[in-house]
Order: sequence, then structure tokens, then C-alpha cells
Amino acid sequence: MRQAGSGVTGEERVRAIVAEHRTRPGPLLPVLHALQHEFGRIDAAAVRTVADELNLSRADVHGVVSFYSDFRSDPVEAVHVRVCRGEACQALGAEQLYDAATDAAGGDVSVEQVFCFGNCALGPTVEVNGRLRGRTGPQDLAAAIAAARTAS
Amino acid sequence: MSRAVPSDASRVVVHVPRDSAARSVGADEVAAAIEHAAVAAGRDVTVVRTGTRGMLWLEPLVEVTTEAGRVGYGPVTADEVDGLVAAGLLDGAGPSLGLVDELTWLRRQRRVTFARVGIVDPLDADDYLAHGGLRGLRRALTMAPELVVEEVVGSGLRGRGGAGFPAGIKWRTVAGADAEQKYVCANADEGDSGTFADRAVLEGDPFQLLEGMTIAGLAVGATQGFVYVRSEYPDAVATLGAAVDIARGRGWLGPDVLGSGRSFDVEVRVGAGAYICGEETAMLESLEGRRGMVRAKPPIPALQGLFGMPTVVNNVLTLCAVTSVLADGAEAYAALGVGRSRGTQVFQLGGNVARGGIVETAFGATIDELVNGFGGGTASGRPVRAVQIGGPLGAYLPVDHFDLPMDYEALAEAGAMLGHGGVVVFDDSVDMARQARFAMEFCAAESCGKCTPCRLGAVRGVEVIDRVLAGDDPDGNLALLEDLCEVMTDGSLCAMGGLTPMPVRSAVAGFTEDFHDRAGRGLLPVVPLTQNRTESS
Repeated sequence: MRQAGSGVTGEERVRAIVAEHRTRPGPLLPVLHALQHEFGRIDAAAVRTVADELNLSRADVHGVVSFYSDFRSDPVEAVHVRVCRGEACQALGAEQLYDAATDAAGGDVSVEQVFCFGNCALGPTVEVNGRLRGRTGPQDLAAAIAAARTAS
Repeated sequence: MSRAVPSDASRVVVHVPRDSAARSVGADEVAAAIEHAAVAAGRDVTVVRTGTRGMLWLEPLVEVTTEAGRVGYGPVTADEVDGLVAAGLLDGAGPSLGLVDELTWLRRQRRVTFARVGIVDPLDADDYLAHGGLRGLRRALTMAPELVVEEVVGSGLRGRGGAGFPAGIKWRTVAGADAEQKYVCANADEGDSGTFADRAVLEGDPFQLLEGMTIAGLAVGATQGFVYVRSEYPDAVATLGAAVDIARGRGWLGPDVLGSGRSFDVEVRVGAGAYICGEETAMLESLEGRRGMVRAKPPIPALQGLFGMPTVVNNVLTLCAVTSVLADGAEAYAALGVGRSRGTQVFQLGGNVARGGIVETAFGATIDELVNGFGGGTASGRPVRAVQIGGPLGAYLPVDHFDLPMDYEALAEAGAMLGHGGVVVFDDSVDMARQARFAMEFCAAESCGKCTPCRLGAVRGVEVIDRVLAGDDPDGNLALLEDLCEVMTDGSLCAMGGLTPMPVRSAVAGFTEDFHDRAGRGLLPVVPLTQNRTESS
């Protein structure tokens, strides 16, 4: 676990983000999305601050953060690849694509599996740094990773 | 070089989808190339970004407005644009598909929910009105709320999310409940692989959902709606959010809906990568800010739903269908369909299929008509071996079941289910034992963990299938697998654990050969699929 209060998140900023959402009914997920978006991760210090602000226990907040795959305690790398492994993409070779992606992982590339982007008629589908790509074979993926590396 | 200033009469309107599927194969680049080529040619061109027509194998599909109608070109790559423009694309000439509305694939459909998708600018409120938008809501505002509910009951509309529960009955329950606050929740957590109709309508005609939710709110006495959209659909989230702002500005949402003095508003909420949140009670937990853990029923959400209040939870397509039911009346809607499956169903063809996309027809089309008729067989050109209907929890069916009609009852009788209407096609290279294993593995990865049959059963299911695949007493272990499936089906709290056995059992029943003598048949050993889901430290 990262050192609490390491300044990565900025406690004042976390409190300000909570304040933006606290009047909404059931504000925790919107708050966590905003934190994930701003800091690229939700660390233990942020969990503590959010719990304090929303009058929840740290266990409650940690439980929500750890339940949902979108919320990360560690940030992704500069090139983040998400490969669909749903059945529709499997029918077009998603497993080979996933193998190619995991082979490319390491260094500045992180890989994550996703179950369905809703692009089921144009698979296999990957997302590289937020950009969705249909009809993607292993070679297209390598090119997309190279392009993302150049852009980042 | 001088360039003539084009007059309005010479303005050309070109439509290019902004749908995320079209964008995934280069629609943005094509749109930019068309604008660039138009400037170079000295032509006055307006590029309108629409939803998708649902003919996804033709994406990016470019449509040029001519006096005869919209002429289509597709699939178009950005590199081809200059050549197409030189060949006369901006005048509807050159190597086109002809008039898009005349294409057989579209003409053979009955588009109700998808009538506007791909045609209108999704965020142009006037375009929505010009294409029949708000007719349902305006009529509902002239009716007593209980008559609106009865209209939906009379239409026979059943929930399009998968369970097929009559929407009107659910509304009647919420309407009859006495509470200070009630809610309408649109379930847009479309997590089933092979389904993308919710996404396509959210990106292509978002006002329709808002109209349907408003009708639901007026009918049951709810003033607040939530749309729960999965985070894997960022374009849908953005489009819907913009639509809500526009609708508020127009007075379609807010404290005085269309000047009626009645209040209804909608908030868009985003999921966070949990399949289980498509289950209605898990979705409510998530909306309340908790882990997406399934609730025991009763109490049903219609009586104690969001924040403990009476809540209508309907799928996106159900709420969209309501606008048609109210606009044209229950009888017109019920006139479509067969038996107890009324109206139209939105099928989604995906996977290894030549012509994948969205097929909206009256109920009753057979699997063969969808897969081989609309779909044109496999994309790989190899023979079709199996289809999976209704998502990851749906049955795998071999081709000898292809004469089955796609309605709720006929599929249930065959041990399958319609689900959200997804049809995923596999060619003869598919290893069905591997697919069965994946069903269990998916359940293990996505189970909320609340009930034991699902939480543990899925993990044990993977292990038992691995033993079968290793040739370790296949008959004995298949018997054990069947026992396990029975426990999961009967003992799980929700459809996640309760229906995971459906793909497993159907794979064993329909494709038994894949579970026996694998080495002798040259099937690859199943490599354990590693999990890399982010776990919090």
C-alpha cells in the first residue's frame, strides 16, 4: 500500500472534489470517478479523506473502490491497452489478440481485459489510450501501441 | 486560384455516423477527409454526424443527400474519399450502394425503436421533433396517469432487458405504491457480450429514452429519473449527458415538463466496470454508492427500490418502446409480434458474422433468418457451427435448432432464452468445451459474491471442466458438472449464478463431442485464462 498522505492526491483537492458532488443522492461513485479521472488512481489517503467527508467508514469506501474494476489503487502505464474478451470478440480471435497484448505488456504498456465494449459486430476490439479500435488483429494492435507511444 | 462561393441551393448534406462502432473503424477520419475534399473541390458541404443505421459491416457508411433520397457508400476508408469525391460522391454518383432506404437489409426490418437512429442528428432537438419525437409524451400528458399505465399494460410490452416481465404490470405496482418520492431508473448497463442496441440508441437517438422515462415518471408519479450507463460506453455517456442538457433547455425535462406544470428530471450515472450491475438490484446498490451486491427479493424494487422508494427499473429499449406505445396506441403496438411476445424485438448480430448489426423486426423471425438471411453466414466464410443467444448467460445452439422462432416462449421451451436479443455467431473452428469453461470463468470473475452457489460454484465449475478436458474421468466429471449446474440454477440469488449453467449445459448437450477424446480429435488443450483484473491492495 502506498504511503498515506504522500501528497500524490492532495487532500485539499480531494475534499474539493467531494464537495462538488456531495449534494447528489448516493454521491460515492461520482466522487470516485472524479478522483480516478483527476489522479489516475485512488490511494489509501484519498480513501480516508473521502470516508471522512462523506461520514462513511474507510472499510465502506475501500470496499467500493476494490469492487469496481475502473477504480485503481495504482495508475496505468503511459500506453494502456484494454482488450475485449467477450464471446463475440472470441468468435473472431480475441484470445490471440489478448495473448499478443500481454506479450507487449511491461515497461510503458499496461494491459487489462474488458468484457464487451458493445462493438460486437466489428470485433476483435481493443481500446488503446481511450481510443476504440474494431477489426483489430495482433499486427494492428502493435501499430496502435507504437502510435500511442509516439503520441504520449 | 479562385473559387466560386457556393449558394445554399448547391449545399450538399453528407451524413457520417458518430456511433462508436463506426468510429472504431475510422468514421472520424472519413468525416474529416470529406470536409477536406469538399474544400479542395470548392463545394459547400455540411457533414452531419448521425447514429448508425445498424449495418455495421458497411461502416463507415457515408450517405449523401440527393433529390431521390440518401445515397450510400460503404465501407469507406479515409484514403478512398478523394477518389470517391472525384467520381461524383457529392452528387450521389460513382460506386455507391444505391439508396440506403431501399437496401433489402433495411427494407426487411420493421423499425420502431430504431426508426430515427442513423437518420437524425442525435443532438438536434428540432430533428427529433421533425421525425415524430415527443408525440408519445404529448399524448400521455393529455391522459390520466392510470390510463397511461393501462395503455402500456394493453400493449403487451415486456421488459427488453432479458427477463421479459410485462412492463405495464411493473408500472401498475409502482403507481399503486404510496410514497413521497418515487424513481424511474433506466438500466443502460448493457454488459452482455453480443448486445449493443442500448448503446446504439443512446448514441443515435438519446431523446427517445428521455421521453420514455418522462412518460414513465408521469404515469407512476415519479419526479426523478436516473440512467445507469456502463463506463465502457463513454460516447453514449457523453451523448446522453448532452441530450439531458438540451432537453432541460427546451423544457422537455425539469419542473414544468412541456408546460404541463408537472415535474420530471433525469440524471446520468456511470457504472464502473462491473457486469453484475446490470442486475437490477445490484444497479440500485451501485446508484446508492455501494458495492454492486445483489439484493434478495422480495421486497421487489417496484415497492422498495432506489433509496428504499418505489422504483420503475426498465431497460433502455423498454422505455424507448413506450414512446411508440403512447404515440400510436397500445393496439398498434400489440398488432406486431406473435403469441405473448408483442411488438418488435431488436436483435443484434455479432461475432463471426458476415453482415453484423441491428435487426429490428416483429417477433417470430427464426434463428436461420437472422444468422443466414440477415447475417449472411460467417465472416470467415467457414460453416456456422453455433450461435449463442442472449449474452454470456444464454444458450449455445447448434445449427439443427436454427428453425426456432426468436420469441420468449419458443426459446424457453428449447432451454434457451432471448435475453437482450444478442446473437453471437461462431464458425466450425470454435471449441465448445472452451466456451463452456469461459462461461464458468466469466461468472467467477463477475460474481458479486453474495450467494454461495454463484461465488463458489463458478470456481468449482472451471475446475471440473478442466478435469473433463484433461481426460480425467470425463463421464464422471460431466455428471458432477451437471449436479453443480443444478445447484447453481436452483440456489443462486440472481440470474448471474442461476443462468451461468445455461451456456454450460447447452454446450455439453449440443456439442458433446468437444468434451470427449479431445487429444484424438486434435483439439488444443485449454490454456487456463489468466486473470489480470485490477485488485486493490
